[in-house]
Amino acid sequence: MTQQSSGFFNWINSRLPIVNTYERHLSKHPVPKKVNFWYMFGALASVVLIIQIVSGIWLMFGYENTEEGAFASIEYIMRDIEYGWVIRYMHTTGASMFFAVVYLHMFRGLLYGSYHKPRELVWVFGMTIYLVMMAEGFLGYVLPYGQMSYWGAQVIISLFGAIPYIGESLEIWVRGDYYISGATISRFFALHVVALPLILIALVFMHLVALHEVGAGNPEGVDIEKHLDDDGVPLDSVPFFPYKVLNALVAIGIFGIVFSIIMFFFPEGGGYMLELANFEEANPLSTPEHIAPVWYYSPYYAMLRAVPDKLGGLVVMGAAIAILFVVPWLDRSKAASIRYKGILSKIAMTIFIISWLMLAWLGTVPVTALRTTLSIIGTVIYFAFFLLMPIYTSIEKTKPVPERL
Amino acid sequence: MEEKITTRRKVLIGMTSAVGAVGASFAVVPFVASWNPSAKAKAVGGPVKVDVSKMQVGQKIQVSWRKQPVFVIRHSKEALESLPEVESKLDDPSSLKIDEPYRDVHPTRSLSNEYTVIAGVCTHLGCAPKYYPEMESQPWDESWVGGFFCPCHGSMFDIVGRVFKGVPAPTNLKVPPHYFDGSILTIGEERGTA
Repeated sequence: MTQQSSGFFNWINSRLPIVNTYERHLSKHPVPKKVNFWYMFGALASVVLIIQIVSGIWLMFGYENTEEGAFASIEYIMRDIEYGWVIRYMHTTGASMFFAVVYLHMFRGLLYGSYHKPRELVWVFGMTIYLVMMAEGFLGYVLPYGQMSYWGAQVIISLFGAIPYIGESLEIWVRGDYYISGATISRFFALHVVALPLILIALVFMHLVALHEVGAGNPEGVDIEKHLDDDGVPLDSVPFFPYKVLNALVAIGIFGIVFSIIMFFFPEGGGYMLELANFEEANPLSTPEHIAPVWYYSPYYAMLRAVPDKLGGLVVMGAAIAILFVVPWLDRSKAASIRYKGILSKIAMTIFIISWLMLAWLGTVPVTALRTTLSIIGTVIYFAFFLLMPIYTSIEKTKPVPERL
Repeated sequence: MEEKITTRRKVLIGMTSAVGAVGASFAVVPFVASWNPSAKAKAVGGPVKVDVSKMQVGQKIQVSWRKQPVFVIRHSKEALESLPEVESKLDDPSSLKIDEPYRDVHPTRSLSNEYTVIAGVCTHLGCAPKYYPEMESQPWDESWVGGFFCPCHGSMFDIVGRVFKGVPAPTNLKVPPHYFDGSILTIGEERGTA
């Protein structure tokens, strides 16, 4: 390859390992020969990351990070800047789609045991990405300084107040003021556009490096590294180019269609992606009748509301995220994939999905006594799924996992 | 000899790291401190005055102090007399858990025997609770006796801002510093401190 290339390319390549890196991580990278659509969401997540970075940079051209100017500058982007509305809706739709594909990607991980040895670190890096994304999404939601921005931020920042002793001063420190003011907006802006994206990109890099070191999993949970050819390449693998590139392109095409339909026709997502109260400027004196988070936080918000204690609510919500990090060590099953796990795992997974969806719905609707009870039940099931995992995965009878894919 | 050198190395590395760590923690100070409220933010937020004589009995008005809502409620005699009846539902009827500025002065918790002055910031997560004075069944409480309900997370307070049992809010609504000069209520400072 290098022999045929031009002198200039040769000169570069002998100083910067372009061909080597390209072959190792893309073209010749071995991927399991049989995977299904569930394995497309990782690639889609990186597509959304790029959409968010590009549309975010373009939004910064028109956005003003001050208390007086923030809300008006969003209107300015929407109405006065040419195609500003496309840029903004691309970014807001991108935020929801980012979470959508990441949730599906995480669910794939749970379903097929993608976190099983030796992919524990891939999972942990992925969870860290998810955590940073939640912070990133929250910071971004505050920037337009609408009613929901203000009151959502008021609620989230007040969570710090639940920490004993230092809570109240911590709240003021985070806000930089006695209320969510211009000081808060400008620091949230800096974190949202510089600090967290840098961390996010670094984490995505680590996630991919760790993944390429151990290789991708597959829906059967077969260890393809057991059977290698003479060159040390797994027999049940195919090179990424051209076999998987084409799959990925189809997935990206379908995703692009879905994305565009939402962006052009339903950018508000029925009030779940852009809440209607946020089309009104922040008013520190009046809480909207109904405060709800955007859909991607709602299960955890429902858990927060289920606990009738301030610190307790914070601890439960934090634990709900934290417990995801240790899943690789909670699952004791001999089989990675749900296909070969026993009946207990299948029942647990089904109940878990139902209760997670129920919590997601409960987090978006106003509280009533019955809904609080349902939230408590949902929260208990959520934790039971993970905390009982070491038990049900070790006592159940698994089916034998095949040798080959 | 060899061993001595290794030990020496370890001690030196340990000491250098310790000095480096101390230096690093000093270097962090400006970055952390710059997040505190600026001198400008601290300067804003003087006291506000409001004439409460025109308020109807049972009415609630909202005053903005430091960009946060403060509720002023004018109670009827009957409402104040009925206050002890709800105490069984309350978590902290005598405000012992918080630093109550005007404890045992009036049942209104303020410096007036008719008006209540409370910060309209839910002690749970900072929403502004809504005032539902009527004694009638509500979606969140069938035996509602009147008071404040926080729409965010369902915390309940009585008409003078005392928190109910079994709700997420940990303490009663705070009473801001204030004083009455005839019918002029000043919120944000004590009498004679200005």
